Formats: sequence, structure tokens, C-alpha cells
Amino acid sequence: MPDMTPLPGQTIYVAPAADTPLEETGTVDTSAPPEGQWKEAWKQLRSNWIFWVSAVLLVFIFIVVLFPGLFTDINPRQAQLSRSLEGPSAGHWFGFDRQGYDVFSRVIYGARASVTVGILTMLFVTFVGLLTGAIAGFYGKWTDTIISRIADVFFAIPLILGAIVLLSSLNNVWSNRGYWGGVLAVVLVLAVFGWPQMTRIARGAVLEIKSLEFIDAARAIGATRRSNLWRHVIPNSLAPVIVTATVSLGVYIVAEATLSFLGIGLPPSVVSWGNDIAAAQSQVRSGSNLHVLFFPAGALAITVLSFMLLGDAVRDALDPKAKKS
Amino acid sequence: MTEPLLQITDLQVAFRAGKTDIPAVRGASLTVYPGQTVAIVGESGSGKSTTAHAIIDLLPGTGHVTGGSIVFDGRDITHLKRREREAIRGSQIGLVPQDPMSNLNPLVRVGSQIKESLEANGIAKGKAADKRVVELLEEAGLPDAASRARQFPHEYSGGMRQRALIAMGLAARPKLLIADEPTSALDVTVQKQILDHLETLTADLGVAVLLITHDLGLAAERADHLVVMYKGQVVESGPALQILKNPQHPYSKRLISSAPSLASQRLTSQLRAEVRESSVKTAGEIAAEVVAEDELLGGEVTTAVVEAKNLTKVFKLPGGAPGRSIDFTAVDDVSFRLRRGTTTAIVGESGSGKSTVARMVLDLLEPTSGSVEFDGIDITSLRDKKQQLAFRRRVQPVFQNPYASLDPMYSIYRSIEEPLRTHKIGSDKEREAKIRDLLDKVSLPSAVMRRFPSELSGGQRQRVAIARALALDPEVVILDEAVSALDVLVQAQILTLLNDLQAELGLSYLFITHDLAVVRQIADDVLVMQNGKVVEQATVTEVFDRPREEYTRKLLDAIPGGSIELAS
Repeated sequence: MPDMTPLPGQTIYVAPAADTPLEETGTVDTSAPPEGQWKEAWKQLRSNWIFWVSAVLLVFIFIVVLFPGLFTDINPRQAQLSRSLEGPSAGHWFGFDRQGYDVFSRVIYGARASVTVGILTMLFVTFVGLLTGAIAGFYGKWTDTIISRIADVFFAIPLILGAIVLLSSLNNVWSNRGYWGGVLAVVLVLAVFGWPQMTRIARGAVLEIKSLEFIDAARAIGATRRSNLWRHVIPNSLAPVIVTATVSLGVYIVAEATLSFLGIGLPPSVVSWGNDIAAAQSQVRSGSNLHVLFFPAGALAITVLSFMLLGDAVRDALDPKAKKS
Repeated sequence: MTEPLLQITDLQVAFRAGKTDIPAVRGASLTVYPGQTVAIVGESGSGKSTTAHAIIDLLPGTGHVTGGSIVFDGRDITHLKRREREAIRGSQIGLVPQDPMSNLNPLVRVGSQIKESLEANGIAKGKAADKRVVELLEEAGLPDAASRARQFPHEYSGGMRQRALIAMGLAARPKLLIADEPTSALDVTVQKQILDHLETLTADLGVAVLLITHDLGLAAERADHLVVMYKGQVVESGPALQILKNPQHPYSKRLISSAPSLASQRLTSQLRAEVRESSVKTAGEIAAEVVAEDELLGGEVTTAVVEAKNLTKVFKLPGGAPGRSIDFTAVDDVSFRLRRGTTTAIVGESGSGKSTVARMVLDLLEPTSGSVEFDGIDITSLRDKKQQLAFRRRVQPVFQNPYASLDPMYSIYRSIEEPLRTHKIGSDKEREAKIRDLLDKVSLPSAVMRRFPSELSGGQRQRVAIARALALDPEVVILDEAVSALDVLVQAQILTLLNDLQAELGLSYLFITHDLAVVRQIADDVLVMQNGKVVEQATVTEVFDRPREEYTRKLLDAIPGGSIELAS
């Protein structure tokens, strides 16, 4: 340093120690209660109004599904042909359809089939997808190749197209299915084509987690590969799986309605929104008495929307990276 | 008298979170003169990068200037319109960003990216710009610049990318270059080359440099004027050497006493000798006990607790034709002895094979040939599950990344309990007592037990990782870059802790690091590795005082601030 005289503005400055108190390096803030990842996510979820909107709607929908009798005492299968296509009136808020069924009652009772199919399919898909994806990602090599290629084969077939083919051939061997048989058939068929998506998500998450150092640390402790998979890898891969599951729930409900609309989903004896929308087809063509179509379709839309909103809120809470700012 | 080029007065920067502003920079002032190098030094979160980014209006996310002024070249640029700012950015003020890996577009040729900055600033167009790009790359020290300009970023090494970014930053001949941690992602020897080059280049061009760094040694070596920041405030500023020799503020004092490259040699080697004496004695006693009690594994008390013989690891990389593979020798004939109760450091740059050695010693990776003997037992021959488990109990690792080495879903209690549970040691009550004891050993309050890793700082997590490694009362701890990701102050604390634990528990450490500077504070023997081979093997004093190999000397020279003599 040839020139040691500081230039103006660069003279020695020392902040008064009183204004810049030093903290002990490495102190632990013990003021707030401890928070795990799930608790943190819940806190985030709680502050999101989208979550509350969807939660209120879903609670209402679940009450309808479980106790339809609370909302109406009219039998959804009781036809009054004399009142066919009659518009909304007192006591029959949504009017009557072509068969003379009370539309309000059918909308209420139809919720059960839609929601049941959606939730059961989601559970199946998540279970199969998580298991196959986690095994493929964790063990890698041949296991991965085999599982991933099988998943690719199913993934290549469009959900609805595959379901139509499978369901129509199922009708030949198992035609008279009844309520629960019908629901189960749709659930299984949707799950057959739905699992590969979840497999991919789970496999990706597992691949990311398994390369982290705490997995090596657990191995160095002497934990076996299997216990590592169950104790560390899978629990840490759950977040994206849960997000996908919640979002896809709405998709499965729509898929069920589509299949029923096409006449191959739930049997006509089952009161469901898809079947009612199908029955309202002729009204769409004639353009009159659209209430027959509007109410079941509206109920379907609101239900799907609620699940999608919940999925969005859950994603924001569990995966802050994906959040739009 | 020259006018200042950049004058920041009482700058306030805040980040908006919801409806409140969280201050990140509180009343920072600094002055840069033309052609000068000024360094802002501070730990992570001190506001040093935020200050620099405020100058060029590249504050991330919700950051905004809430007060104070930034005067550049006689003009107040604090509240310029977007267009006016863009005119200054690049042409008047250049930026060399921190991470060379993510700051080049991987889909565009490097030459085209530099050309873009030339054209954006209206300096050259078309053919003339192409020619200028080659000149700039040559100037930044890239050999064979003409053909390099046509390559993509993935064909460049980290150092070459950083050179390309320097070329880009200087493309428009700015008056000020902001270098934000320009070399912290690079190996030490490359770091030195780049900084040397940057220094001569900016001196030739008369460009002022605002250097942002966490490394005090580096700052003192390169800058004329030093600004020390702490928690968003400037705590001390002045001529670099003067601050280094005579720090006034308690924070600067603490920073200087913690910097590994600046620590007094005599003091550290004396301290180390004391630790070693106590540790070797305890280690002998403990080993005799452990070996006698371990019916499964047994072994004998040898002077070398770990002895690696001709370790070689060959990885098969896919390449050539489908189904074919290319052999890559990551570790080539490495032999060493870790003396009981001492520390052996393995030093090398990235890709030297040092971590692969650690993984083989941990039996997480099988060597292609050679053997690892532990207490006289060849661990590569342990294929019985129970014996393997017994071995695991005696050797434990601590890894580099404090953010990835603990399961985020496990509470601290569960994390430390996991080894005890896996080995079925003690009842619930006994385990809790043990965990309290371990937390106490690593100087954490037992209140952290119910907390989760995300609530702790990097240093605290590393303490938890150490506590977990010690839960099984191991004889050997493998520290794989265990302090590399930490701030200097925290690093110094953890090193002290490791030394204390060694003296108390008679541990033997295998200390893997790329940073020769910290080696002196903890190691007794040093192994220098390059490209999978051991190039030099000696005691710490020998390596530092009389390095035999050219490569070791290069590593020593590259320690930032190593050349600065401090009167102590």
C-alpha cells in the first residue's frame, strides 16, 4: 500500500457497538413452539382463503353424501309421470325431469355415487402408484426399467378411451352389477389407467430424496435398505404425491360422469349426476326445459371445483416452490 | 482530488412479507473511487449481496429500496425509471454473478451470449461484434478463444464459465464491476487464477471493482478498502490492512480471529498438540475396552485404527456404443494409516476422489481392489449382517450439507435416537438421558429436542449431525467436508467443538476437505489427493512448512489471505 491516507468517505469508520449488538453465534430461538413440516404446511394452509372456500364446500358435500335424507324426503326413484318436465316450484325447487323424478332429490342422492367413485379411485391410484413408483425409484436398475416400461404402456392409453374399451368388454362378462358392483367396476377401470401418473410422480420424488445425505447417514448407522425406504424415503416423498392425489380427485369424478353420460359407466339404476346429465341430452337438443340439465351439471361442476381448489391450496402449502407469486 | 465513482449514503433496503417490510440493509454507507477495489465482507444474511444488487436494481422478489441514496458518477440513481436503469446496467456497471453454473443459458453458445450483451449496449453489431467477442474472451484468459466462443456452456469447466462471465461483465467497458462472490463455487487453485486475472485486467482497464465476499482473507488480499457488514449494518470500514491488523468493532475482531487462513500458526499447532496428547491416551484405553467387549467383531488394539491398503475404485460409466462402458478410475491405489486418537485430513479439489475414499472406509461403497482394515479386521470381508452392524457402531460419518444430512421430517430427538433404536440400545428412558447428554456435548440446549431441522441454522444442524454420529460411541468419525458449507464464525466454532470432543472422547477423525486452511486447526497427518492419486502424504507441519510436491505448494499458495502476515 503506497498511499495510506484514506480518501474522503473512506476514513476509518467503526459503528458504535451499542447500535450493533453482537449476538452469540449459534443460539437457538426457543420462543416459538416447535414446528415440523406438516405443522408448517397446516399453518400455511390455514392462512389461505382458497382452502377455506373449498373446505366449507367439501364439508357440505360430504354431509350430503353421508346423510342425503337431511335435505330431502322425496324418493329419487319415485316417478310422477304427470309432472314430467315441470319447472321449479315450491317444494320441488329444481323441478321434474322427463320421467317425472324430482330433480332436487336426484341431485342430492346422486352426490354419493360421484364422490365415492372419485375418492375410491384416488385411494387405489395413490396406493398402487406410490408403491410402484417408490420401489422403481429406490431400487433402480432392472426393477425400475420393468415398472417404468409397464407404466408407460398404460400411460400411453388415454384414460377415457381405455376406460370405454375396458368397461364395454366388462359388460359382456359382468352385466348385472348392482349399485356397489357398478361403482367398483368404474373405480377399478379408472385406477387401471390412472396409476402410471402417480408412479411417475412418486418415482421422481423418491429419486430426489434418495440422493440426499441423510439416506447415506442412515445406511452408515446400519439401517437396512427396506427400513430406509419406509422410514425416510417414502415419508419425504409424500408431499408431491398428496398434491397430485387431491388435484386428480376432480379428474376422476369428471371421468365417472363422462363414462356414465356415454352409458357405460354406472348402471342406469344408480342415481348419479352422469346418468342424469345423459338423460337430459334430449332437452339440450330441443332447447327447452334446460333445468333438467343445469342442476346435475352444476352440482358436478361445484364438486369438481371444490376438489381442484383444495388441491391448489394443498400444493401451495406443501410445495412452496410451485406457488405462483 | 478525484470525485467518488459510487457513493452510497444511508441505504435502506427491505423485503416485503405480507403487509410488513422486513429490513435487510439498515443505513449502509460506502464510497468507491474510480479504479479502486472495495470489498464488502460479511456472513450469509449480512446484507452484503442485497446492497450490491440494490445498486443495479436487481433486488430479488419483494426487495425494494426504502431510503438513502445511491450516487453513481455524479448522478443519483436511486429512483430512476426502468429504462434509465437499464441504460446504466451493463454499459456503466457490470456484474459478475456468483454461480457460474446457472448464470449462462445452456442452450445458447457462449459467444452468442457475450455478443448479445455487446449488441444490447449498442457497442458493436454483426461481424464486428463477433470479432470483439473473441477479443473479450482472450482478454478474460480463455485459450483458443475463437473456437471456444462457438461452444456451449456445458463444454466449459466451472473456471472457464466464470471467465466467460467476466468477459461478459466487462464487455461494455463499464466503470464499475460488481463481483458477487465470483469464485466461491470454484476450487481454490482455480479461484486464485481467476482472481489474479480479474485483478490485472481491471487494473489495466481502470475499472473499479466492488467485491462481495464472505472470505475475509480473500477480501484483505484483493481490496484497498474494506466494508464489514453484520445484520444489515456496516459495522466497520476502512483501509483493508488497517482493519485486518487493528480491528475495532467486536464483530470484526471476532471475524478475524475465526478466519482459518489468518489464524496464528504457532497457537494452533500448540493447541492441536494438547488435543492430540489427551485424545491418544483416551483412545488407547477406550479401544482396549471396546475390543475386549465386542464379541462379534473383536479385533485388536493397533496403532492405526484404520489402515487403507492400495484402495482402488473404478466406476463404469456408460459410453461408446450402447451397452458398452468406459472405466473411470476415481481412486487409484490409495494407502494410508489413521493413527488411533488423531486426525488424518484428506485434502483435494473436486474430482480428486477424496469423498469416494471416505465412502469406502465407511463401507458404503465396495472397493474395486485393495482393503480397509479397522482395528486389524478387514472390513471388505465382513459379509455377516451382525458383524457389519457391529462395525457400523464403531465408525460414523458427518456429511457436508447441513441442509441434507438430517431427515426434515424427523424431530431432532428422533434423528439422534435413530442409531440407538436401530442398534436396540437402552430403554426409552435411557435413550432420552443419552440424547440429553449428547446434546450437551455438542453445546445445544436440550430444548431443541422437539424441534425440526428446518428450525435450526446450518451450524446447529451440523451439531445435531455430530451428536447423531456420536450416539453409538464410535471410535472413528469420518467428517466429509463437515465444515465446508458453514460461515467462518460457525466453522470456527464447530472446529473447536470437534477438537474438544476428540480430546474428551479419544476419537479418531478422517477429515475430508478441499480447504487446506482449516486443516492446520484440526489435523495431524495430511494426505493430498489429485485425480484419484495421493500426491503427498506427511504431517501437518511438514506439509505447511516444507511441501515437497508442486501441487501441494499450489494449494498452499491458493489459500486466500495466506500471504498476509499478522502480528500476533
